[in-house]
Amino acid sequence: MIEWVEVRRGAYHDSVRLMQATATVQALPGIEDAVVAMATPLNLGLLEGAGFSPDSVAGVGPDDLVVAVRAVDRDTAERARRTLDEALSSSSRPAEAMSPPPPRTIGRAVADARLALISVPGEHAFVEAMDALRHGAHVMVFSDNVPVSQEAALKEAAADAGVLVMGPDCGTAIVNGIGLGFANVVPPGPVGIVGAAGTGIQQICCLLADAGVGVRHALGTGGRDLSAQVGGASTLAALAVLDEDPDTEVIVVVSKPPALDVAGVVAAAAAACRTPTVVTYLGTPGATLEAAALQALGLLGSTAPEWPAWPVGAGDHRPGSILGLFSGGSLRTEAAAIAATALGSISEVEEGNGHRLVDLGADRYTVGRAHPMIDQSIRIDRLEAAARDVSVGVILLDVVLGRGAHPDPGAELAPVVAHAVGAGAAVVVSLCGTDGDPQGRSRQAAGLCEAGAAVYACNAAATRAAVALVEAVPA
Amino acid sequence: MTGLRGLLGAPPIVVTAGVEVLAAALEAQGVDVHRTDWRPPEPGTAAALAVVASDPDVAGANATAVARMTGVRPHLVSVATAREVIPGMTGDTLLHAGPPLEWRDASGPMRGAIMGALLYEGIAASPEEAATLAASGRIELSPCHHHMAAGPMAGVVSPSMPVAVVEDGGRTAYATLNEGLGNVLRYGAYGPEVIERLRWMEQVLAPVVASALRITGPVDLRAITAQALQMGDDGHNRNRAGTSLFLRTLGAALVADDATPASRRAEVFRFIDGNDHFMLNLVMAAGKLAADAASGVAGSSLVTAMARNGTEFGIRLSGTGDRWFTAPAPTVDGLYLGTFTAEDANPDIGDSAITETVGLGGFAMAASPAIVGFVGGTAAGAVRRTLEMYEITLTEHPVYRIPFLESRGTPTGIDATLVVRTRIRPQINTGIAGKEPGVGMVGAGLVEAPMACFVAAVRALAGSRRR
Repeated sequence: MIEWVEVRRGAYHDSVRLMQATATVQALPGIEDAVVAMATPLNLGLLEGAGFSPDSVAGVGPDDLVVAVRAVDRDTAERARRTLDEALSSSSRPAEAMSPPPPRTIGRAVADARLALISVPGEHAFVEAMDALRHGAHVMVFSDNVPVSQEAALKEAAADAGVLVMGPDCGTAIVNGIGLGFANVVPPGPVGIVGAAGTGIQQICCLLADAGVGVRHALGTGGRDLSAQVGGASTLAALAVLDEDPDTEVIVVVSKPPALDVAGVVAAAAAACRTPTVVTYLGTPGATLEAAALQALGLLGSTAPEWPAWPVGAGDHRPGSILGLFSGGSLRTEAAAIAATALGSISEVEEGNGHRLVDLGADRYTVGRAHPMIDQSIRIDRLEAAARDVSVGVILLDVVLGRGAHPDPGAELAPVVAHAVGAGAAVVVSLCGTDGDPQGRSRQAAGLCEAGAAVYACNAAATRAAVALVEAVPA
Repeated sequence: MTGLRGLLGAPPIVVTAGVEVLAAALEAQGVDVHRTDWRPPEPGTAAALAVVASDPDVAGANATAVARMTGVRPHLVSVATAREVIPGMTGDTLLHAGPPLEWRDASGPMRGAIMGALLYEGIAASPEEAATLAASGRIELSPCHHHMAAGPMAGVVSPSMPVAVVEDGGRTAYATLNEGLGNVLRYGAYGPEVIERLRWMEQVLAPVVASALRITGPVDLRAITAQALQMGDDGHNRNRAGTSLFLRTLGAALVADDATPASRRAEVFRFIDGNDHFMLNLVMAAGKLAADAASGVAGSSLVTAMARNGTEFGIRLSGTGDRWFTAPAPTVDGLYLGTFTAEDANPDIGDSAITETVGLGGFAMAASPAIVGFVGGTAAGAVRRTLEMYEITLTEHPVYRIPFLESRGTPTGIDATLVVRTRIRPQINTGIAGKEPGVGMVGAGLVEAPMACFVAAVRALAGSRRR
């Protein structure tokens, strides 16, 4: 067995490409372990966790690439190196000697584009977004870890330019039926959504789709838009533009609870809309994504269907607390509100052994790593730990489908789910998606069911099921 | 709030930077995706870049500054004596290339040129005496750039030297006349033949050219340079076409000017004809005129000088005034003459990077396939380098155009923030001086401006703009 650790200084690749490259190397025969990642503290922690000595990467920084491979012999390691180099260079398009090099900045590339999608590391997102704004383009900032002062400055500049900033940390948007970031494939229709909550938008879209109602526009605003510092700039702008849209018959606003004085401004703007408007602040009593979808259906005179579910037969599971391992922040918030009503206090941190619902898509888990909706390795790691942790009785997982998300999350999670079920835990999955999604909701549900999980299309329903399981076998 | 019209019906063209799968997901929906090949900026610059990006005045300041740069129309109006025309030039002043420099830090070729200039002026009688005098501090060393001048290689200008006077309206810039290749002062040579040539230039070349210019009237240097790019020059390392065009412009006046003996006029004709770099100094004076016109615009991140004194490389920005941002001069990657090797080379030297500063030289390399062999590159590589320079420049030159690129204007006006963001360093075509005084030229090649200058400049600009 040999270890090959190499630091490539200043060699930047996006986290998704690195994840794919890692997977390619790991799949080679004779490779015990492989990590290919930017040297952020989080990733160095994972490296150490994989048994590589921290000494071998002393002095590296987040702009450096670290390659760590454990292989059966030197030839295998060499093969891994070749495979890796190929994987990291393969998607750069073949360079014709005389063709212009691809532009390096948004300012060079923007040309006649009316919209910019920015997903560079957070500390660099502001400069690229300002480039777009100065050229009069609307901007979606997918990046997280952007300082709130920069968010406020971006939105001020956007107002001057007469354009919309979606984000920062805007995971989901649909503009004229085109999905940006993580977006489910839903039919166009009469509902328009303004959301500070990415998976909140996704869940509402999917529930409406199950009721046969479509969404043409879903405009993200970023989770801090309704804070006092930002003052709801994007929410108000998005609300106004949807109100003017003749094809939008009902507007849904979904967010975490706003700052007090911002709440008043939003309420007044919603009340002034000619279009019927539902405002849902997740985390306030009774406010759920499910309720928002039901209200919107009510305003359209549509009836709510029974949300699809793929339950498993009643089986024994070990007693213990509930552990939620979420990739969607809004899905976690909705679940926490529902669980707290039945179970009392719910913790949002991993540590401890009470009822915990954790958002693994939060900023601190994504520095130098792709979001867990793309790169599931953190969730798999935590799932394996939960399977071993006998204080956990019920594991609640979200699996979010749609464009931009992992191409087959169920297949990757199923073995770990089966292992947890085998170890005596119950696993409940909240499956946010549609059958139009590239991953196929029914196919994902079938695979997860087969692994022993109970699967629900509605996050609220999944949470209620998980709570019922905990209550059935008290700790 | 109605300004957002156009968002919901936006045509499906999206520009992306960052995660590739998100771009691919858009493409799968039939969206026309413009990708950026985004990379992180220089480490430690994110905060300064954010300050500059958030400043609403910077874009306008840059537009103003670069328009001034490209709007200059330099004309060669006369040849005069340095002491008589260059502001701040006294009998004890020697101008030199690059940012400020003291004798004790001067490199071999710079020392050689200073010694040669003192011999030429008759201030010192021997090289040893010249060195002692220069070290004594009694000679004032001052950058050409501080005196509306630009000097190639060592760039030494002494009081008696003839200089080209280049003007546009009320603006003026100066440069010495080019001595040719081989053992010449600007490469640090100071032997008797060097001094003799300088005297001939003062006594024969200058008066004959000055007299001819009185007949021709002002010569439009921008027009000649634009033509020369069409004929394979880059305006820095290849000036054969420009020199030929200049000599053609002067030709009839030289023939007609019977104020001087015909044999003298023939000597001058032969000298210019035999020196393919004669035009370089004129292009540099024209460049200095354009760069100075662009300086002093508050908030502008436009580079208005790139210059090397053989020890340090320095740049200035329009928005930070006269301040220099320096780093150690890099070594040039190039080809060597005869038996010279990289061992013999001095670090990068000269004000000639003023040509790159205004959209010529390395920035116009695609116009000049003929020089790529000389500087050790390939034709495709030359085109690629010019194309890359568009990533770090503010505009395309309205007059300097590249035939091979469908007559696209040369990349002009380096934006220091774009250098730091893209980590693409300005490309400079240059000659290589021997590191020992007196050796002269040892080769030619390519060099990139050091990044540290741009990092320091962007930080200083941000510091001046922080609210």
